Amino acid sequence: MSAKLSKNPKNKVRVSLEDRIISIASYFIYSLFAFVCLYPFYYIFINSLSANDLSERGKVLFWIKGLHFKNYVDVMKVPGLFNALKISVARTLVGTAFTVITAAFLGFMFTQETLWKRKLWYRFVVATMYFNAGIIPWYITMRNLNLTNNFWGYIFPTVVAPFYIVLCKTYVESVPKELQQAAEIDGAGTMRIFLQIMLPVIQPILATVAIFSAVNQWNSFQDTLLLVTDNKLYTLQFVLYQYITQASSLKALVNSSSTSTSLAASLATAQTATSIRMTVTIVVVTPIILVYPFFQRFFIKGIMIGAVKG
Amino acid sequence: MNLLKDRKKARSYREFLYILPFLVLVAIFSYYPLYGWVYAFFDYKPPFPLSMDKFVGFKWFKSIVDSPTKINQVLKVLRNTFAISGLSLMFSWFPMVFAIFLNEIKSKGYRKFVQTVTTLPNFISWVLVYSIAFSVLSSTGAVNSILMGLGLIDTPKLFLQSSNNVWFRMWLWLTWKNAGWAAIMYIAALSGIDEELNEAARIDGASKIQIIWYITLPSLLPTYFVLVMLNLANFLSNGMEQFYVFQNSFNKEYIQVLDLYVYNIAMGSGGYSLSVAISILKSIVSLILLCVTNTLSKLVRGEGFI
Repeated sequence: MSAKLSKNPKNKVRVSLEDRIISIASYFIYSLFAFVCLYPFYYIFINSLSANDLSERGKVLFWIKGLHFKNYVDVMKVPGLFNALKISVARTLVGTAFTVITAAFLGFMFTQETLWKRKLWYRFVVATMYFNAGIIPWYITMRNLNLTNNFWGYIFPTVVAPFYIVLCKTYVESVPKELQQAAEIDGAGTMRIFLQIMLPVIQPILATVAIFSAVNQWNSFQDTLLLVTDNKLYTLQFVLYQYITQASSLKALVNSSSTSTSLAASLATAQTATSIRMTVTIVVVTPIILVYPFFQRFFIKGIMIGAVKG
Repeated sequence: MNLLKDRKKARSYREFLYILPFLVLVAIFSYYPLYGWVYAFFDYKPPFPLSMDKFVGFKWFKSIVDSPTKINQVLKVLRNTFAISGLSLMFSWFPMVFAIFLNEIKSKGYRKFVQTVTTLPNFISWVLVYSIAFSVLSSTGAVNSILMGLGLIDTPKLFLQSSNNVWFRMWLWLTWKNAGWAAIMYIAALSGIDEELNEAARIDGASKIQIIWYITLPSLLPTYFVLVMLNLANFLSNGMEQFYVFQNSFNKEYIQVLDLYVYNIAMGSGGYSLSVAISILKSIVSLILLCVTNTLSKLVRGEGFI
């Protein structure tokens, strides 16, 4: 457009040159960024599948060398890993279910003008976003409630999540009021309106909330650190952290239980500190990477609604 | 008429009963822990319950500043907190610039790809970030292998065990994790800019840089302002996870921020009461910061963010 309208031909060249430099520089910088974000994942992935003596010495940089899958078989022999996987999956499923149902229900209830002292209770819940007693008082509370070394210690504190309630309430408010009024005229009670009218309509926001809270549950580390000393309740994140800090002692354990006898074969597949660490990392990160591309739009929707209200 | 009113009242109480269990949960997990602040005024040694003869008044608050070594330590922690929060604040424009130039790229597929890839790190935990850092930066990790392969260094560099530039490196990891995600908000705001405005500027002969400077940037500033205010309000709260996983005996001096310090003195050395005292002081300052930034926001934008 500008090319056609500018009368001075020199001017035309200058403008497009400048734009072109910006454009090339942008492509370069963003490619670099994408590389920095993606390469570490790729690096760990190819190392987990490469010959362990090579990965131990840092020889695997760009492609798989000496492909084998034994790491993924052996990693299940690492004491506690399978149990940690179960705990992580369980807390993600149970915790997300509780959080989503509660967010939906309270989000809906806080739009009901008939609710006794509605505004007061809404503020009572939302205010908790802005203060925090601190980790020690929280820890002592949890201990008094017998929720330390208890699976429900992962769940109960996350049931009422004010931010998600705000998201749901905003969404419910955007649903036409006539929908509920019509149901009321037909004689439906509050619970019935929630279950049969609202729940189906607000599904998009529930998907967003579910994804957010599932990722949070899966990634949660601090609560295990504070509340749990019983290794049966360790989560994958916590176990991974332990492995990073003490991988060398683990490799002996796994290798001694390994049935492989041939010496030549064992050099490439015997577990090293590096191979265990990398393989466990892939196990922990895979669910996120699998889920992520499908749900990216939900994440974005969530942050947008949050930004408007927030 | 009266019957209808009674019915309505009954319904309003019944609805309250529905939400009551959830209110109780909020009370237990969010409000009740506030009661734990009293531990700051006692000589609390778990697991013994509190008793009045352990009451010590402001002893713990005074003990924070009662000896030069302690003052020194607290000052170091504050220095780290201020340095790391300050760096984030100083570079808080970065996601905005990231979004602006990304938006200038013509290929939609490429834009989408960059956005997807740079957002991914936001969804992994700090433990995973540390695991990645360990894999890439250890003595046999990718960075050392490549640098040595290129002949730039002779011996592996121990990046994670060094006490140099800890704040900057922590900021880098934070940016690696969050920048793409933080940019999304700006990308959305960019799509709201009237395309005719850009078109008109282009017809008038404005260059790309001029359009960015005079049209794009001003339209993003309100969003930026809110985020800076939120940043300021959370100045003392860096969270502890990032610093907990990255801390080791080499960098402890520089990495211990307030949140981590509070954890370390309680869980590391059993100083529960002292830890609570410090987190009370932190909460008070944070509350003041929140009020100040909210007022500032009201003055500038006409609305606060609480």
